Amino acid sequence: MIRVELAKLFRRPRTYVITVLLCALPFIVAVFLATTRIPPPPGQGGAFLSAVLSNGALYPAAAMALIMPVFLPVSVAVLAGDSVAGEAATGTLRYLLIRPVSRTRLLVAKLVALVTFVLFAIGVVLVTSYLTGMALFGSQPSAGVALPADVTSLSGVTITHAGLVLRLLGTVAYIVVSMIGVAAIALFLSTVTDSALGAAMGALAVLVTSQVLVTLDAAASIRPYLPTRYWLAWIDFFREVTS
Amino acid sequence: MIVTRDLTKRYGRRIVAVDGVDLDVREGDRYGLLGPNGSGKTTLVRMLLGLVFATRGEIEVLGLSVPRRVREVLPQVGAMVEGPGAYPHLSGRANLTLLDAAGPGGGRRGRRDRVEEALQRVGLAGVDRRPVRAYSLGMRQRLGLAAALMRRPRLLVLDEPTNGLDPRGIREVRDLLTELNAGGTTVFLSSHLLGEIEAFCTRVGVMDAGRLVLQDELATLRAPTGRTLVATPDADRAVALLDGRVEGRDGHRLTVRHADPGELNAELVGAGLQVTEIGPERRSLEQIVLDATTTSSDRVEAA
Repeated sequence: MIRVELAKLFRRPRTYVITVLLCALPFIVAVFLATTRIPPPPGQGGAFLSAVLSNGALYPAAAMALIMPVFLPVSVAVLAGDSVAGEAATGTLRYLLIRPVSRTRLLVAKLVALVTFVLFAIGVVLVTSYLTGMALFGSQPSAGVALPADVTSLSGVTITHAGLVLRLLGTVAYIVVSMIGVAAIALFLSTVTDSALGAAMGALAVLVTSQVLVTLDAAASIRPYLPTRYWLAWIDFFREVTS
Repeated sequence: MIVTRDLTKRYGRRIVAVDGVDLDVREGDRYGLLGPNGSGKTTLVRMLLGLVFATRGEIEVLGLSVPRRVREVLPQVGAMVEGPGAYPHLSGRANLTLLDAAGPGGGRRGRRDRVEEALQRVGLAGVDRRPVRAYSLGMRQRLGLAAALMRRPRLLVLDEPTNGLDPRGIREVRDLLTELNAGGTTVFLSSHLLGEIEAFCTRVGVMDAGRLVLQDELATLRAPTGRTLVATPDADRAVALLDGRVEGRDGHRLTVRHADPGELNAELVGAGLQVTEIGPERRSLEQIVLDATTTSSDRVEAA
């Protein structure tokens, strides 16, 4: 069943359209940064964005910070919202159920396919943003990669390229886990409605509410339980512990 | 093959979609479930396949209890409910391949053969790589049938199988079902098209407002009524001759209370009358259904 779901995922043109759109955002940002060379002021704009001006190798991390808060969760919510409701609308769901496919296996396969999509999309974004970064900003002549001051709040820390790759892998794993949360919410809503749009909308409503509450001090007591609270915590992979 | 006892489905407190149905479909039957739109046919079929739970009552399909053992039942059942379903961006062949791979017994070996055989049976063998989106309604219907046939089922449950087909397509589907039935497959089909049921089925059930109001052999239902229909240009003389036995007259057509058309014919001809048509009166299936049902349930009258 998992193989069937993967086939459905990768035989749909929209999978690639969404991925291309995800790649386009960091690319557009990179073009503007490279042509104007105006870094965002410290503390504003996406993480890593001022650092990439001096070192393109960090651009994949910047790309993650760009797609993570909005674009990627929206894509996941749309795909997950459609995954059961869309099948119900085309009538294929009842033919799967009388095939028979157990409902649990169907849901697990759908979730696995969504995780695969996230991995695929992030992978493509990492590769394209690395190429973009190298082409537009160039790499530092030295062997290591200096971590940017606005992220580490400590300049001069240098990591090796291998270290950078390791940290990026950690980032990917972290983002996948965050996205499983989005996928699970949207998938649940997708099972209770026939409208793919409705399910995606419901999942986005949950996320937007969570984003608002995260910034609200009055809601501080429930803050740790909000699904979006720790979404950008992967940036800590690029911080060095200093004591 | 299918037995239900007091099968009932309620939606909410007020709507009773299926009400105390005792269905009895026997092995080898060609069973036709008739009923106006909204009479509960589709809900009944959905319950038989374990897609919705019954509110009350028991279901047995292929001798096993549904929904408890529905996973043992379904692999031997081919079904089409509420129209065919397919992924619109994939070809018909790809759709069947995915469906085959999704469930049990769908080993990779022989998959291509199973798919090709099913396509062949429904007359789609030459279908190309066009996506289902570009299929006509009739082609989609055939594809849905192919999906139902792929498992070589012992029981076919088809809800409105000829929807969207042209007269030739309807005939082809009927011939296909006849062939499958001759090979031992029990066919259960629901339809609101009387002609389709009359031409194919041996047993009929009639549903009305959620109840099964009639269930019998078609031959029994359509047995001669004991009257004979006569058409004669000498209608006036015939009425005079048959004095009292004529029950109805429509121009030169007479309805005569007489069980044996041959005997009546001899009598009329013997008296020097011309007879252009003569035969026993049978109730049409339409008449049977109209007598058994009350009103079209998609008709909404003012209270």
